[in-house]
Amino acid sequence: MNLWYMICEALPIEMLRWDFMKNALLALLLMAPLFGMMSTMIVTGRMSFFSDALGHSAFTGIAIGCIFGLAPTPVSVAFSVAFALLFSYVRSRSNQAADTLIGVFSSTAVALGIFVATLGGGSFTKYNKYLIGDVLSVTPREIGVVALVLLGVTVFWVCWGNRLALVSIHPQLASSRGMKTGLTQTLFTVCIAVVVTLAINWVGLLMLNSLMVLPAASARNVSKNLKQYHGYSVLFALGASLGGLVLSYHLGASTGASISLCLAGIFAVSFVLRKKIS
Amino acid sequence: MINFFHSGGCHDSCCLKVQHLSVSIGGDKILKDVNLHVHCGQMVALIGPNGAGKSTLLRALLGERDYDGNIIFSVPGSRKARARIGYVPQTPNFDPGDPLSAADLFACCLSRRPAFLGQSKADRELITECLERVHGEDLIDKRVGTLSGGELQRVLLALALEPMPNILILDEPLSGVDIEGQTELMDMLDEIRKTYDLSILMTTHDFSMLPRYADRVVLIDHEVKIQGEPKEVLASDEFARAFHIREV
Repeated sequence: MNLWYMICEALPIEMLRWDFMKNALLALLLMAPLFGMMSTMIVTGRMSFFSDALGHSAFTGIAIGCIFGLAPTPVSVAFSVAFALLFSYVRSRSNQAADTLIGVFSSTAVALGIFVATLGGGSFTKYNKYLIGDVLSVTPREIGVVALVLLGVTVFWVCWGNRLALVSIHPQLASSRGMKTGLTQTLFTVCIAVVVTLAINWVGLLMLNSLMVLPAASARNVSKNLKQYHGYSVLFALGASLGGLVLSYHLGASTGASISLCLAGIFAVSFVLRKKIS
Repeated sequence: MINFFHSGGCHDSCCLKVQHLSVSIGGDKILKDVNLHVHCGQMVALIGPNGAGKSTLLRALLGERDYDGNIIFSVPGSRKARARIGYVPQTPNFDPGDPLSAADLFACCLSRRPAFLGQSKADRELITECLERVHGEDLIDKRVGTLSGGELQRVLLALALEPMPNILILDEPLSGVDIEGQTELMDMLDEIRKTYDLSILMTTHDFSMLPRYADRVVLIDHEVKIQGEPKEVLASDEFARAFHIREV
């Protein structure tokens, strides 16, 4: 961390005088590639609604942790993983459409979260930070966690990326090539559950879904192959994160909202350019 | 049980032997007592009405369905070699928006190098070689979602031919392909089977192609109704009954 602080101080940028800005910048530089990479397969596998539902279940886990006096983060990670596995199990054995089942799980998780949080007349306001999030309050310890998660996801991508891409794009074709589609899907689901739950502390529920969906949605507009898809997605996530941070510093608006708006702007531009490029 | 080893009998040229095969799904008997031989280098077509169990039979052959009876794959002249199966699934619908090039599709299936990093020179040469087998080398950088039905079948066929199988199984390869593309595809299959000396088993609803290309036709309606030369099967009473063709 000290090295990072020294680098920041050497830069002639006014906003980097503040320690919280240095932390936020480093956190975003690590988070952007993480979300850029994950969003490609979330969008391709049509799991954007699912990742949103997982965000809700993470919130429920936090509420349960708080009520029972346990550390909220481990409880919510465990709860989200259980939620994701239960969802995968029900989806593989039900003839209902995936979005219907996500609706069932998502609404149940939110209801349970609010029920637990307000049990015995409790107030809901202390949970607001998990809804809106605040990347400016990120601590050096949390940045360490982000770095570890980024490393873990990168290793998963390098080892399982090919299988994951084929399973996301065409499960039957993948199984005809002898790939274990169920295992690959479950591993990815667990991976999303862990990342979403940890990230909800840093960026909040509202910004989480825009980071999970928009980078890849924009990249799809201008990519012809998987390399461009991943490259643009990471680039767009990085650009929007930096742009949003600078924008929020100068205008005094919420950083999460600024980053989301930058992502929306990039999507709009990529949408206009989509035919020219592809 | 699936036995991949040479088992004797059926002379030495039998590549696939199905004996007394039965498949039940949820109490319904989809297939009963199916017996079938595919000889080496033969093109065998499976026909039958919708819901007759053709796809179920293919799934059983691929080991994706539980069954009773025997399925024996063998390599002629070898007692130990394991027969390789190439499979072309029923025309999959790729999302036209998916940024997946034909090269990416091959890389995902064949290479250990992560496809999102792009292909190495050696991988690209291998992919080009695979696509050349189906005269599709110009498709390498096209997005699979934008390919026509015939082009997609060729790409999937090229994928099934790497590594080169002993038997190639195709599920409805002609559906979603226009007439011109169908003839082109069947000519290509004929050429491939002769060049690489492999057997082909395919399901189809397109009977007009059968007399010209198939060595044998097997009519299935939960059980084998009739099998033999294409003309013989197409003229049979069993064929007329299965497809409700009225006698004139």
